[in-house]
Parts: sequence; structure tokens; C-alpha cells
Amino acid sequence: MKIDSSQISREKEIEKLKKYKYGFSTEIENIKAPKGLSEEVIKFISNMKKEPQWLLDWRLKAYNRLKALKEPDWQKPKYPKIDYQDLYYYSAPKSFKEKPKSLDDLDPKLLETYKKLGIPLQEQKRLNNIAVDAVFDSVSVATTFKDKLTEKGIIFCSISEAIQKHPELVKKYLGSVIPLTDHFFATLNSAVFTDGSFVYVPPGVRCPMELSTYFRINASDTGQFERTLIIADKGSYVSYLEGCTAPMRDENQLHAANVELVALDDAEIKYSTVQNWYPGDKDGKGGIYNFVTKRGLCKGKNSKISWTQVETGSAITWKYPSCILKGDNSIGEFYSIAITNNHQKADTGTKMIHIGKNTRSKIISKGISAGFSDMTYRGLVDIAAKANNSRNYTQCDSLLMGNKCGAHTVPYIKNKNSESNLAHEATTSKISEEQLHYCQQRGLNSEEAVGLIVNGFCKEVLQQLPMEFAVEAQKLVGISLEGSVG
Amino acid sequence: MLKINNLKAKVEEKSILNGFTLNINPGEVHAIMGPNGSGKSTLSNILSGKKGYDVSGEILFENSDLFSLETEERAHKGIFLAFQYPLEIPGVNTSVFLKTSLNAIRKARGEKELDALEFLKLVKQKSKDLKFDEEKLNRQLNVGFSGGEKKKNEILQMSILNPKLSILDETDSGLDIDALKIVANGVNSLRRKNNAFLIITHYQRLLDYIKPDHVHVLMNGKIIKSGGPELALELEKKGYESFS
Ligand SMILES: Nc1ncnc2c1ncn2[C@@H]1O[C@H](COP(=O)(O)OP(=O)(O)OP(=O)(O)O)[C@@H](O)[C@H]1O
Ligand SMILES: [Mg+2]
Repeated sequence: MKIDSSQISREKEIEKLKKYKYGFSTEIENIKAPKGLSEEVIKFISNMKKEPQWLLDWRLKAYNRLKALKEPDWQKPKYPKIDYQDLYYYSAPKSFKEKPKSLDDLDPKLLETYKKLGIPLQEQKRLNNIAVDAVFDSVSVATTFKDKLTEKGIIFCSISEAIQKHPELVKKYLGSVIPLTDHFFATLNSAVFTDGSFVYVPPGVRCPMELSTYFRINASDTGQFERTLIIADKGSYVSYLEGCTAPMRDENQLHAANVELVALDDAEIKYSTVQNWYPGDKDGKGGIYNFVTKRGLCKGKNSKISWTQVETGSAITWKYPSCILKGDNSIGEFYSIAITNNHQKADTGTKMIHIGKNTRSKIISKGISAGFSDMTYRGLVDIAAKANNSRNYTQCDSLLMGNKCGAHTVPYIKNKNSESNLAHEATTSKISEEQLHYCQQRGLNSEEAVGLIVNGFCKEVLQQLPMEFAVEAQKLVGISLEGSVG
Repeated sequence: MLKINNLKAKVEEKSILNGFTLNINPGEVHAIMGPNGSGKSTLSNILSGKKGYDVSGEILFENSDLFSLETEERAHKGIFLAFQYPLEIPGVNTSVFLKTSLNAIRKARGEKELDALEFLKLVKQKSKDLKFDEEKLNRQLNVGFSGGEKKKNEILQMSILNPKLSILDETDSGLDIDALKIVANGVNSLRRKNNAFLIITHYQRLLDYIKPDHVHVLMNGKIIKSGGPELALELEKKGYESFS
């Protein structure tokens, strides 16, 4: 049989795509905290960051609490025991001993890294109308478009900078949504968090651009514990997006972030995530443990928090971005696409806690599993006794590819208010051979066909993403499933 | 153009096609008629590249061995199948699907892909010709389409892709009389010296509108009689009984 050249080049193309294209690492000299977790290490971190005493005390309080906490083990994906004494908790490029004053002072290797990731930081090449905060291992390396935001009174900077410059805001809100003692990983984060983003939008201001943080794990044996805090003051609006990648390494790396959102009266926060941490190789070796706590508090009346996540990376994804609907008439939304391929595992979903009256929540979850992977949707809808006239709508759809993967739906419902109303729908389907054949008959190859069908399946969620990222996410959805057919 | 020689096909040890032979030259229209379960859809599926059949024999399309080509490569070479039961693909916009399909084929042929505007112009014109309700272009592919609308959508795709060999598997079933005429006109307007049609139907009526050059009777997986258009009339009168 003759093989023509177009077929060969197509196969090459597919091979190329199958490789995790963010898997490179940057050779850069680091300053690290001594290995392991101790009071000394926490003091080291706090000292490196020149933190005020109250914050060091706060961290130490968390550390003491942590000693009494046990790592949770109720989740579906199990993992080998993590040796917390065998990790570095702080790693920063050496050139960061003094934070560079401007991009010109930034190590060219770092600029190069972000360029390769498609996140140009330099002025002339910046992403159109998107302000970016770039976090490299434990530190924020650059924030773009600062001036334009300052004009409107919007604060967008690394949390380290916010601690120095806006201590009153940080002190007031840090830990106000995820208490210090919340659970093992959240408490660990509170003790050792290194950097992350901080956003404050003043009353009545509509943030004129997308705010975005790009997280990059580079160093090996290093956990990433970032902390993000977003506050939308009365009547304000902000849309925020985070993206993440990591080099390909054979060991598993821990990422345990905390994200807290606070929306005051009539404010709205839209938080989108495109998570593409290294998922491990096709035999399940290596990859990131993505154990993240994300919680939003609709503190004021008529406030709204909306989570959108596209989770395609990580060896294990374990997270439940949640909304506490405290203000009357507040709204919480959760739109999720989670894709697992090869040996990836995910246990993800949301919690909607209705406390105020007339609170609404909406959950749209799309889970896709392929290969030998395993996916669990786990969600809680909790309606308090006084949350009169509250509503929830939940829709969970699972799509299976092949017959070696798993999909599970675990909804928990606690309704203590008889006036409230909950609706739940769930479906499980498979991509049929017939659908694939139909697309192929129309000229699409099998990978393109799967991409098309899966994007159709996820459409409701993709539509929620800011335009600039929807296209990226769509491609990512296709690439994550490369090699899962045929 | 298409040479099928002694094609045999089995599914799970059940023989469906038993030595099927047929030649189609450029410019010709062939009609195949045959009772339910005689193997018509199996034939079109195999021509289109559907997997799951145990096949022997030979199929040449423009001198290349069809069995060595993937489904999409056959589509790139100009084979089109209007499915007996068009598939639904939830969440995928009909117009986006048509554009993706057309551009995949153009790209494979080294032709320039159409941009959004060029495509819109084309699809609007073709929809108008076929009286295909434009509003449906913005709906999810075939989801909630009536049986007849699905069939018309197949013909719309055919006219946009402009294939060399079009196989219509019972496209006329489920069409109302007006739609039948429109579809027949659609086919007739695509007829050229260098393309061909294989039309599978149960009803002679379609052949009043699309004049076939050859009519074949398929029973038990092989052609038992071939002739001109008059054969379809004879079948209509006497039924398949008289041929067995
Ligand atoms: N995948 C399959 N598994 C088992 N039997 C099959 C399969 N595909 C087709 N058959 C059988 O092969 C025979 C021919 O089927 P086919 O669909 O080709 O018939 P047809 O001529 O198109 O019929 P109709 O006029 O009803 O559309 C039928 O008896 C059918 O049940
Ligand atoms: Mg049939």
C-alpha cells in the first residue's frame, strides 16, 4: 500500500500536538527556602517578603492549627502520601532578591519564558486589552497595564505588593472567605503562601479590561501555594482570568492555592480559569496535583459571583469553586468543563450555600473522560432555613470516550427551606461511532471530529469565557483529547 | 469512475453483500432499488468507509483502491454520502459544521479555505436554491429537525461540497411532494459530464424527476437485474416477487 506524503505530515502534526507544548523548563538560578515545613521556613518566607508582624503571626497561627489537622481522604482519586518535609516552600529567581523596578530590569530569561508561553510582557507586544500579572514559582514577576488601571482607582498587583501598599484592605479581607482553619490544604496555604494576585475595584467602577494572572511552576520539588484575593466594592464589576502551565517532570508537584472573592452590594465578579498544568505522561507518570480551594462570598445584596473553569491539565484535579450567597438576591454560578485523558483523575464540582433570601444559583458541569481516566462531579447545594424563595438549577452532563474510563456524579442536597426550589438534571453519553463516521464522511479526520463533537458538548460553558480565551480554550479541548480515538 | 468488483461483506458471520459488481462512469446516474434488508445501506456505508464490516473484493475510485483510504480521504477525493438517517450533533451549529466540512475538504485538496464572508454568501445562495430555511443554519446540527428537514440538509451539504460521486441513500423517503421536486432539481442542477450519482430509492416516483441512465435491482446482496428507466416502472407494477 502506498502512503502518500500528506498522511505522513498529518501524523507528524498530530504527534507534535500530542506533546505538552508548555513542558519546557527555564534554567534559572533560584533562591530557595530550606527544604521542609517548619516555623523557621515560615519566618524565612515572611522575611523574604518583608512582611509586617501581624501577617507572620497569622501564618504561624495557621501553622499551629495545621499540626492538628489531617489530610482529607474522602476524595475519589487516591494518591501516594505526600512527604511535606521533602518539599521546598519558596523558590524565586535569584534576580528577584530586589524586586526589579521595571521590565527592563527583568531577567531576559523570564521574558523569554513568558514569550514562549504566549504571554508577552513587554509593552509593545502586550495582549490587547488584557492586564496580566505573571507569577513564576513563588513570586509575581510583572504586572502589565498598571497605569491605565490606576487611573480608575483599580488596584491590580501581586499580593506581596498589596501587603506592603494596601495593608488595611488585605488585613480586612484575607481569610474572610476561607478561614484560617478551614481544612488541611487551605490552612497549609495560609501558613506558607508565597505570591498571587490582588484586585480591588472601587465602588461604582466597571473594570475596563480583563484582568489575568498567569501561573507558572518552574522549579522542581517545589510546591506552589499562591493566594489570590479579589474584592469588588459596591456596584463594581470585574472579570478575571487565570491560566496555568508547568514543565514536564517525572515527579508529582503539589499546587495548593487559595482564592478568595468578595462581592459587596450590587457588585459582580466573573472568575474564569483555564487550567492546563502538566497532566503527566500517557502512562500516568508525573503531573501536577491541583488541590485548590476557591471560594467566593456574595456579601452584599444583589451581588453576583460567577465561576467558569476549563480544567484540562493536572494529574489530579481536586477542587470545588464555591459561592456563599449571603446577601439577599445574590447570585452564584458555576460553569465547568473538566477533561481527563490517559491516567488523569478529577474530583471537582461546586458548593452553593444559600443564606440570604431570594438567592439563586446555577450549576452547569460538563465532564469528559477518555483513556483510563476517572472523573467525578461532586456538588453541594445547601439552602438555609431563612433563605426564603431561593432557587438552584443543576445540570451535570458526562461524556465518555472508550470503555476504560469512569464518570461519576455525586450531588448532595440540603434544603432546609420549604419555599425554595431545586432542579437537577444529569445525563451520561458516549460519542457514537455513527457521529464520528458522519463527520469523517464530511471530510474531518477523527481528531477533528472528536474536537468538534466535544466542543459542541461543552458549548454552554465555553460561551461563558471572555472572547479572547474562548478560542484558546476550544483548541485546548481538542488537544487534550488527542490520541483518545482510533 | 467507480468500479466495484465482486464485493462481499459480512457482519458477525452474517453475509450481507454476496458478490456485488457495478461500474459507474463519469456523467452517469445509477439507481438501485431493492427490498428492505437487501444490503443497500450496507453498500453505501462501505463505499463511504464505515468500519465494522468484513469485506473482500475490489473497489476502485478513479483508479485508487478505496480500501486503502480513510473515510475522510474518500470525502476529500469527492465521495459524498447523503445518509439514510442523518446524525444529530448537539451543540454544533449547522452553519459552522458546513463551513468546517467544506474547508477541511478544500484544505486537503490544496485549495484556499473560504473565509466567513465568502462562505456565508455561498451557503445563502445554496439555501435559497433548495428552499432550505436559513434560520435552520443557526440551529444545532439536525437537532430537532424534522425527518424531511434532515434530508434536505444532506442535499444542501451535497450542493455546497459539489462532490464527484454522490450516493443518496433513500433521500426521497420522508420528503413531501414539493420537497421531492426541489431535491430532484438540486441533483439535476449538479449533474455534469465529470460527476456521477448513485441513487438508492424505494420509489419509482423520484426517477420521474431524476432520469437515471441505469437501474439495478438488488436482492440478497447482489444485483439480479439491470436495465434502463423502464425497469423501475416494471418493478413498480410487479413488485420484487417476480424477480426472485
Ligand atoms: N451492523 C450490523 N449488524 C448486524 N446486521 C446488520 C448490520 N448492518 C446491517 N445488517 C443487516 O444486513 C441487512 C442489510 O441491511 P441494510 O441496512 O444494508 O439494508 P437496506 O437494503 O438498506 O434496507 P432498507 O431498505 O430497510 O434501508 C439487514 O438484514 C440488516 O439487519
Ligand atoms: Mg437502507
